[in-house]
Amino acid sequence: MTQVAPLKLAGRLLALGLATVIVQIAAVSQVHLFGVNADLVPVVVAAVGLLCGSVSGAVFGFAVGLLVDLALVQTAGLSSLLYLAIGYWCGRARELRDPQGPLVPIALGAGATAVATVGYTLMELLLGADSPVTFVLVREIVATILLNALFAAPVMAVARRALQSALPEDARRRRRRRAYTTGGLSPLHRA
Amino acid sequence: MLALLVVSSLVLLTASFGGGAGALTNVQRGAVTVMAPIQAGASRALKPARDFVGWVRDTVDAKGRLAELQRERDEYRREALASTAALRENARLQRILGLDESLGLRAGRAVTARNIGADPSLWWSQITIDKGSADGIRVDQPVVTGEGLVGRVSFVTATTAIVSLITDHSTYVPARINETGVFGGVSAAAGRPDDLEMDYTTRDDRVDVGQSVVTAGTRARSTRLRSLYPPNIPIGKVTRVDDQGTDDQLVHVRPFADVRRLEFVQVLTRAAHSSRPPS
Repeated sequence: MTQVAPLKLAGRLLALGLATVIVQIAAVSQVHLFGVNADLVPVVVAAVGLLCGSVSGAVFGFAVGLLVDLALVQTAGLSSLLYLAIGYWCGRARELRDPQGPLVPIALGAGATAVATVGYTLMELLLGADSPVTFVLVREIVATILLNALFAAPVMAVARRALQSALPEDARRRRRRRAYTTGGLSPLHRA
Repeated sequence: MLALLVVSSLVLLTASFGGGAGALTNVQRGAVTVMAPIQAGASRALKPARDFVGWVRDTVDAKGRLAELQRERDEYRREALASTAALRENARLQRILGLDESLGLRAGRAVTARNIGADPSLWWSQITIDKGSADGIRVDQPVVTGEGLVGRVSFVTATTAIVSLITDHSTYVPARINETGVFGGVSAAAGRPDDLEMDYTTRDDRVDVGQSVVTAGTRARSTRLRSLYPPNIPIGKVTRVDDQGTDDQLVHVRPFADVRRLEFVQVLTRAAHSSRPPS
């Protein structure tokens, strides 16, 4: 097993988070396709959760969300809460099911974007935004989810490449043995 | 750890609306100040990539827009011919009244700024520009492009500012129909950058599709009710009128400025607010 290098991983995560937020705000948000713009942030947070686990995913999501809220002078804590949830649940998905296959990044990217866009809209409305929910808004949410799903595979590949050498073990070869097959926690084993 | 992060998020959310808002604003000001040069550099470095995607998209769009633009051109040509006489008369009347024709936009010293960051959400709320208080920019100053009104400054640091767009749900602009002088207020619904809504018109106010909407400026004599926007800045064109002839009449306006494609904007740092001639 590769020697764990938490500091190296933290450094890579910091650089990845900063780069993601800057590229998103300075470039991706200003390029519109099909009337909407892609949002790399939830996809990258989902990738980190999938590669590093639930706690790292949650911490990364919180930090990146905070950076977004500070850089855009938005309601502080709003994006943090949403990205925290995305990072955590993607990490849990890895820990419980360890999903593999070519469609996993697309499904997770779409799911993460759905949580981010729908969650942001709901929270804005809950926090007092005086605006009706229109068909156009729903259509734009769906379009953003589809667009992000399209970009999810390459974005997650870039995130994996950026983190791979700092991960405790090679994520590509990693196959988590579930608790009941490892023997230690299985009731069958104890019997 | 998870619980700690959730609690921290909730504390931040609460502080944003409570007593900690001032301290948080200072933290945000610091973060924006630190991020701005990086953002500006990244914005310039990534411009070729943005332009390439824009070029591909524009090429696809161009064919569809050609016929529409040709129709508009013919319409504007007719209007321009009709306006020439009116302009001549207007200039003569202004000379007689001793009014400076620069009462509107030209009275506002315009600071040109580059868009260095956009809001990634679907609410089309704001952009970040690369000029700040050091260039004379202050909160609530109006922001325009060559096409028309874009929004107003909502947050300023020494070197950057954040512009709340007219498509943000919190923006409200006193406006009037240019052709008829009908007054109302323009606001936006979330996620609809192409469709503003003008309300507070009355059932007797006749509004037709294709008419232009401009800022109304300040109508009241009291300075406490001063509009943030000087008069006669173009906002958009009427595309539809719901419930026409009733008290619920709602005018839909397509903004002239495309908030999704802003490269440069101008901040009017000394705007003339009044729509009334000085007495």
